[in-house]
Amino acid sequence: MADAPSRIGVLVFPGSNCDRDCHHAVEQIMGISAAFIWHKESELPPLDAVIIPGGFSYGDYLRTGAIARFSPVMAAVTRFAESGGLVLGICNGFQILLEAGLLPGAMLRNRSLSFICRDVRVRVDNTATPFTGRCKPGQVLTLPIAHAEGNYYTDPATLASLKAKNQVVFRYCAADGQVTPEANPNGSLDSIAGITNAAGNVLGLMPHPERSAEALLGNEDGRLILLSLLDSITRGRFSSKPVMA
Amino acid sequence: MTAKVSITLKHGILDPQGQAVLHALGSLGYGGVKDVRVGKLLELKLATHDKAGAEAEVKAMCERLLANTIIEDYRIELVD
Repeated sequence: MADAPSRIGVLVFPGSNCDRDCHHAVEQIMGISAAFIWHKESELPPLDAVIIPGGFSYGDYLRTGAIARFSPVMAAVTRFAESGGLVLGICNGFQILLEAGLLPGAMLRNRSLSFICRDVRVRVDNTATPFTGRCKPGQVLTLPIAHAEGNYYTDPATLASLKAKNQVVFRYCAADGQVTPEANPNGSLDSIAGITNAAGNVLGLMPHPERSAEALLGNEDGRLILLSLLDSITRGRFSSKPVMA
Repeated sequence: MTAKVSITLKHGILDPQGQAVLHALGSLGYGGVKDVRVGKLLELKLATHDKAGAEAEVKAMCERLLANTIIEDYRIELVD
């Protein structure tokens, strides 16, 4: 596989709607091959990373991500993640990772009860992840969100552990990088917009880097995340050892 | 046998839907309502008549799928 061309798998569930955007971003922004992986697949082909895209998998029935996590492909993704494979969950992908237990915590309805679709600013609080290597510490990115359930919650002990291990990667912030209640769009605990697992190889975030990676779309900040992932892939296999700062 | 499973957000977790309903009730003049929690009710028709077995099985269903116990509490009521 070392000589095989790099390839990223993009999962497709019934109700995924950012799968084609992610496929486009992988091939056009990252310049590597992308493969759609249908949710009924119980094995993954050889892949360098998996993207779980946004959307409304299974209509968000019961809870966001609750049904998707039991689809055959998620058992394969869990094995992939546990062996150190890079997994990026965006929006509904983040929600699925939470329900699957690959990331800690859960999502509540937005504090406002509204579906929020707009640009927000997030601060990069950990640049020593496979997804943020191109960012500067504390850099403020403008990225779009589009969700009704992005109000992250976890218990106090888990939050303390996330912070102690630098697993909080993105926090909603003001233009100057200050994390304030006003800059928190959805009521998320500690203004959390994105976290990794303890090993660092699984990232979930609510904002959409794939929708903000081209000048044509008016915003290229998302490139930093996609190209950081590309760097991690081209550096070789990301080991399952923690690379936290 | 039918299992009625009610699922609500844990106490201590803000329930924005409940708050919205509370405020709406208040604006209708029902000032005596102190709090509202909005939840889900699932009715499961079960093939079994073994109450203890059903209870254990529905509890497992709640833990694995029906509720997210990080944020939700569940209550099971079995009806013949």
